[in-house]
Amino acid sequence: MNALVPLPVLLPLCVTGIKLAIGPRLHRLQRFISLAVLGAVLVLSVLLMIAADRHGPLSVHLGDFAPPVGITLVADRLAGLMLTVSSAVTLLVLVYSLGQGMADRDDQAPVGVFHPAYLILVAGVSCTFLAGDLVNLYVGFEIMLVASFVLLTIGGTATRIRAGSTYVIISLFSSVLFLIAIAMTYAVAGTVNFAQLAQRLQEVPLGVRTLLEAMLLTVFAIKAAVFPLAAWLPDSYPTAPAPVTAVFAGLLTKVGVYSMLRTETLLFPGHRLGDLLLLAALASMLVGILGAVAQTDLKRVLSFTLISHIGYMVFGIALAARGSLSGAIVYVAHHITVQTTLFLVAGLIERRDGTTELTRLGGLAKAAPLLAVLFFVPAMNLAGIPPLSGFIGKLGLMRAGIEAGGSWAWALVAGSAATSLLTLYVMAKVWNLAFWRDAPPGAEEEGVVLESAEDDEPGDDEDDEEGRAAGPGGGTGPGRDTGTGSGLPVPAGAVVAAGFLGQSITTTKRLPWPMLAATGAAVALGLSYTVLGGPLTTFTQAAATELLARTPYIEAVLGR
Amino acid sequence: MTVSLSLLVAAAVLNAVGATLLLTRSLTRILLGAVVLGNGVNLLVLASTGSAGDAPLLYPHIIRNRVTDPLPQAIALTAIVITLATTAFLLSMAYRSHQVTGSDEISDDTEDRLVALRAEFLDRRGELRDRYREARAEDGGADAEQRARYRAARKRLRRRVREERAYQARANEVSGNLWNDILGADPEDYREGRELGSTDAAGRPGPAPARIAGPSNDPEETGREPDSRPGEDSGHPPPDQPDDPGGAGTEGTR
Repeated sequence: MNALVPLPVLLPLCVTGIKLAIGPRLHRLQRFISLAVLGAVLVLSVLLMIAADRHGPLSVHLGDFAPPVGITLVADRLAGLMLTVSSAVTLLVLVYSLGQGMADRDDQAPVGVFHPAYLILVAGVSCTFLAGDLVNLYVGFEIMLVASFVLLTIGGTATRIRAGSTYVIISLFSSVLFLIAIAMTYAVAGTVNFAQLAQRLQEVPLGVRTLLEAMLLTVFAIKAAVFPLAAWLPDSYPTAPAPVTAVFAGLLTKVGVYSMLRTETLLFPGHRLGDLLLLAALASMLVGILGAVAQTDLKRVLSFTLISHIGYMVFGIALAARGSLSGAIVYVAHHITVQTTLFLVAGLIERRDGTTELTRLGGLAKAAPLLAVLFFVPAMNLAGIPPLSGFIGKLGLMRAGIEAGGSWAWALVAGSAATSLLTLYVMAKVWNLAFWRDAPPGAEEEGVVLESAEDDEPGDDEDDEEGRAAGPGGGTGPGRDTGTGSGLPVPAGAVVAAGFLGQSITTTKRLPWPMLAATGAAVALGLSYTVLGGPLTTFTQAAATELLARTPYIEAVLGR
Repeated sequence: MTVSLSLLVAAAVLNAVGATLLLTRSLTRILLGAVVLGNGVNLLVLASTGSAGDAPLLYPHIIRNRVTDPLPQAIALTAIVITLATTAFLLSMAYRSHQVTGSDEISDDTEDRLVALRAEFLDRRGELRDRYREARAEDGGADAEQRARYRAARKRLRRRVREERAYQARANEVSGNLWNDILGADPEDYREGRELGSTDAAGRPGPAPARIAGPSNDPEETGREPDSRPGEDSGHPPPDQPDDPGGAGTEGTR
């Protein structure tokens, strides 16, 4: 069983190599390979989760080098659950993106650029979840980040480059901080292995330990977009293609949350910075949701709710009790799914109406009832309406807050209730504007191409006016450079969606079925947390107990 | 463990220089900052070994406790490779930015400016209303001319916001020149046939002219852009628009 542990990282990486060797050819085969590998990762993750639940944490020392020299990968309950949820979500988003690419008759960019970068992203995320030492965590972050740079700026249009620069620079800075923290940790403890650090950091002077904790928390807070360090997120996420934004919003911030969860429980038990974290959590919740109230673009609204709801997880981590950690883990799983789903729906809306600007949308409940249902369920889930999983997570966290007592915990409980209500308000606002009210006059005709993504070439205009009607040869000639950044030519007349190249959007009243199916499956995944609420909370409580006990992890890595 | 002070001082200097460069707007400078910062941090990682000893190679008669710890070196190597990849990406991004917008500077976020503009709009509107009410209270009733002026002023204000929205919805290339991007070309500049942005019309000191080279400032370019949304078919205002958009809010009631 232990031999399976490295596979979620290795499989996508190897397949990426194969795909890069094949290049932008054999589209069907390539699509199949991508789906198959992510499906395999999902199966592996479920197996790892079950095995970790039955037999305790699994660990592998790569190359059989014992710590502190070798690279250690560990899969315990928390890592198993995170892997499972993340691979399920990445698989769904891949299906969605395939649907989008096929609908656009645009195979070059997805297969040539998107798929390899996406698979590397998946490998990086898996690597961070499985990492058993700080350096490997850092490497996992970097794999993920470099892939995310490519995905965020795919198409290389002005808006995306601008948004991407902010993201790249912030990520670069946090990486540098992380590396400094690693250097300091090594200087203090002589190891970077989590299990060894857990033992050795106890003997380190308190001041030094707190400094290390603060450094690592800062790094992870930047990744997780906790309030004072979250300004980059709403700037950079909304411009990316819909599937990319969805997977970023779902996964990348949660990787930061996961790292916080891991280091706070394993390396720094006794949470000296707990009050600071509580303050940051409260500020994230309130500032984030107030930001969402002020926005009028759906993608930006969702970005701000993302920041706001990170606060819930930080709240759970800061209390560091069994109940709160369990609540935080449930919330992470719930939030990955729901946030991704909402961004996928935003992508569908953009496809249908050419915009996600709420002031220009309307009447969708009547015109597209299926889309309305697909939005409504995760929106209510996010707000935490009782039978849904958001409620289970929030309930667990609030109960833990009340049990913990103290003025800070009570303030947080009040803050999270207020945030929950404000989230409901924001979602109701979106619902009313985009779905419930009558369509604004002069709604666009079917097949009209909107310019909400920018055109940088004047020649595109006449081309795009014809939309889907433009047959082969109707464009400005074959092989014109559409600015993919990869220099891939796009066949003339093929309508390029903002999905991948950011050039223009073809609105279509009939949404491609793979996109709808993927979004529907994501909604169903979100609902399944409610149906499986009992087993899920049992599992997360076991995971929280394991985190707090620390010995199972240490013994699994270092041996008894 | 003893650490060489010179390593730490060098690392501190490199980090300071890198961080300073990282705070600039030009991507090329940021790139240099990233390189310098990466080197500074690598020195820090090496410093965590302690004082240098023998080379970490296994050969006969080696005294093991005098050998340098190889692990930080491995970490530094990993970091160097990663810095290289990031640098390559930044470089290509700077080049692409130069290709698309004519400069490698990072401009402000459109949405941020919109929020600022909205706040300004609300302030101006409140001010207008207050003045109108004051005037009405003084005269004891609004005369038609005054009301018309008030309405005209509000209309101008609204049009400005609508134009900004239209601009923002197009998500156009942003040149970083607030004046040209939000308010359109300065009418006086245009009449005199001056090159756009050659004067400091933006009220934005410093490197503004360098950034103005973006294609969105070319009046012909903007005119060519499609705009199929109803009711907002005036992207940027026509250059010879009579009213001064900057003072639109308050002028009407004076």
